[in-house]
Amino acid sequence: MSNLFDLLVAGLATGAIYALVAVGFTLLWQTSQTINFAQGEFVMLPAFLMLAAMHAGAPFWLAIILGILLSMILLGLAFKMLLVDPMMRHGVLPLAIATMALAIGIKEAVKQFFSAEASPFPSIVPTGDISILGHAVSLQSIGVLAVAILAVLGLTTLLNRTSLGHQMQAAAQNPTVARIIGVPVERMILLTFLINAFLVALASLLITPIYLAKFSSGEVLGQAAFIAAIVGGFNQVRGAIAGGLLIGVLDNLAAAYVSTQYRAAVPMIFLIAVILFRPQGLLGRAEERTV
Amino acid sequence: MSGFARPLKIALGLAVIAALIVVPMNFNRYGLFILSQWAVMSIAAMGLNLTLGYAGQVSLAQGAFVGIGAYAAAIMTTHGWPLPAAILVAIALSFAVGWVLGYPALRVQHHYLAFVTLAFSTLAFLVFRNESWLTGGIYGISNIPRPHVFGIATNRPLPFYYVCLGSLGIVSLAVWWLIRSPWGRAFMALRENPLRAQSLGIDTRRYTLMAFAIGSALGGVAGALYAPLTQYIDPVPFNLSLSLDLLMMVIVGGAGFYFGPFLGAMIAVLLPEWLRFTEGYYLMLYAVAVMLLLIWSPTGILGILDRYMAARRTKAASALRAVAKSRLETVQ
Repeated sequence: MSNLFDLLVAGLATGAIYALVAVGFTLLWQTSQTINFAQGEFVMLPAFLMLAAMHAGAPFWLAIILGILLSMILLGLAFKMLLVDPMMRHGVLPLAIATMALAIGIKEAVKQFFSAEASPFPSIVPTGDISILGHAVSLQSIGVLAVAILAVLGLTTLLNRTSLGHQMQAAAQNPTVARIIGVPVERMILLTFLINAFLVALASLLITPIYLAKFSSGEVLGQAAFIAAIVGGFNQVRGAIAGGLLIGVLDNLAAAYVSTQYRAAVPMIFLIAVILFRPQGLLGRAEERTV
Repeated sequence: MSGFARPLKIALGLAVIAALIVVPMNFNRYGLFILSQWAVMSIAAMGLNLTLGYAGQVSLAQGAFVGIGAYAAAIMTTHGWPLPAAILVAIALSFAVGWVLGYPALRVQHHYLAFVTLAFSTLAFLVFRNESWLTGGIYGISNIPRPHVFGIATNRPLPFYYVCLGSLGIVSLAVWWLIRSPWGRAFMALRENPLRAQSLGIDTRRYTLMAFAIGSALGGVAGALYAPLTQYIDPVPFNLSLSLDLLMMVIVGGAGFYFGPFLGAMIAVLLPEWLRFTEGYYLMLYAVAVMLLLIWSPTGILGILDRYMAARRTKAASALRAVAKSRLETVQ
């Protein structure tokens, strides 16, 4: 049974990272109907920004701050102003295709300007194991879980307990009425893009030490985040969190108990089943948009 | 496109066809390979254009059907069957699988449908990769023979290019006929207003499934040509990115326009090749070009032309109105 425990912990840790990415994904969908096919690349890029800062001589902590700031500018502000704003009113599909092109662009840019090889990335959590209930658990997993839980708690507090959060929810649920009662809808949408950029930068910081920094690593991650978002409920932040954790655990269990060859198939079949039998997602509500 | 006079349109079409036949005659091996690839991808994109552009059903699985067709052709022709038989099997197989994939579309729409088909695409890739008793797994299938057409061997690049071009011609005519038939109109009704289509007595259920099945079958045809074109297949070309590429071709060319897939496939297959001189930057420039194009015209290349034509027609119509009005005034 110790094996199962380890798998669960590892699954929860990767799941927590998926959850961060999936939450950002649903935020963008709710406020601006953006299906961001470049979300995985959004997670891949900040690690390289941080690496670039370190190559330029910055210490690790400064590189993290610079990386997060730069990603908020590039993946939040610039992404919204240059790509989403001009295309938003033309429907979901052209914008989705444009983000696919963006994904190719980011991947190729990293390959060209940085490296096609995988680069190691320092961990913010010291390596080593501690013992919990007689099981050795890696500090890395615990650190990842802790940071992800803090981020999610912070986000839900922001959304549910502050006036700013209520304004964001209003902007997502009914932009017209929100505008009438004086919510600066445009600014709220921009804020969700900045939050998404912050979340992906955080996810990048957490996942890259485990899987190395590589230009192509966004593909798998982006897909996992889509699945998490849909399984949990496209229109609910807590749905995306539950979906992320579930997919992380499922993926790890499938690798151990189904077959390594078909491990990727398990979340997919689960996804199809959820869409067909509960299209609003496990925690989602039908035909409603809430943050 | 109705702004052109009809004879002019026919002349333009004939000129393009003649150019496609004559110009590649002194192309080198690689140039012919790229052009053949364009023809094959145009067929697949046409299928997706039927499903997405005409019937309005989002599919992220067209690449999987190209894979199904390619594996059907590769397995059969390496076992001594002729290519036409393999193409028929590829059509039947992708039609059947496409029909089944259409069922989710009866329940969910739009982005949900996109994700179901995306999941299917990944599952198909896993089957290609893992069922090595059938597909050769990661080692793939090599030495796929090219067919004899009317007793002529098509092993050399030029004859096989003509095979691809000829197939593209046949498929184009079939699709042209289809979208002008009551079926094509039913597909468009499905896209524009499913509820109204149903109330007019169109069996939306059947047409939704048909839209998937026929579009997928064309993907199968493209795959069955792709296998002898490359003469070696492995699972990698049929992963999710092919499906995404094909979707990009349809949208960039102009979804719902008959000539959209041809242009989209041209951009997706030829533009990266033309940009090759920029070395490592070519895919980056390609991505930027696609984004700029979509920002400029979200309805694709043909959307630009369509808007231009519409503007010209309005102008012409208002000029006519002005003339008519001034005449009325002089009469009074």
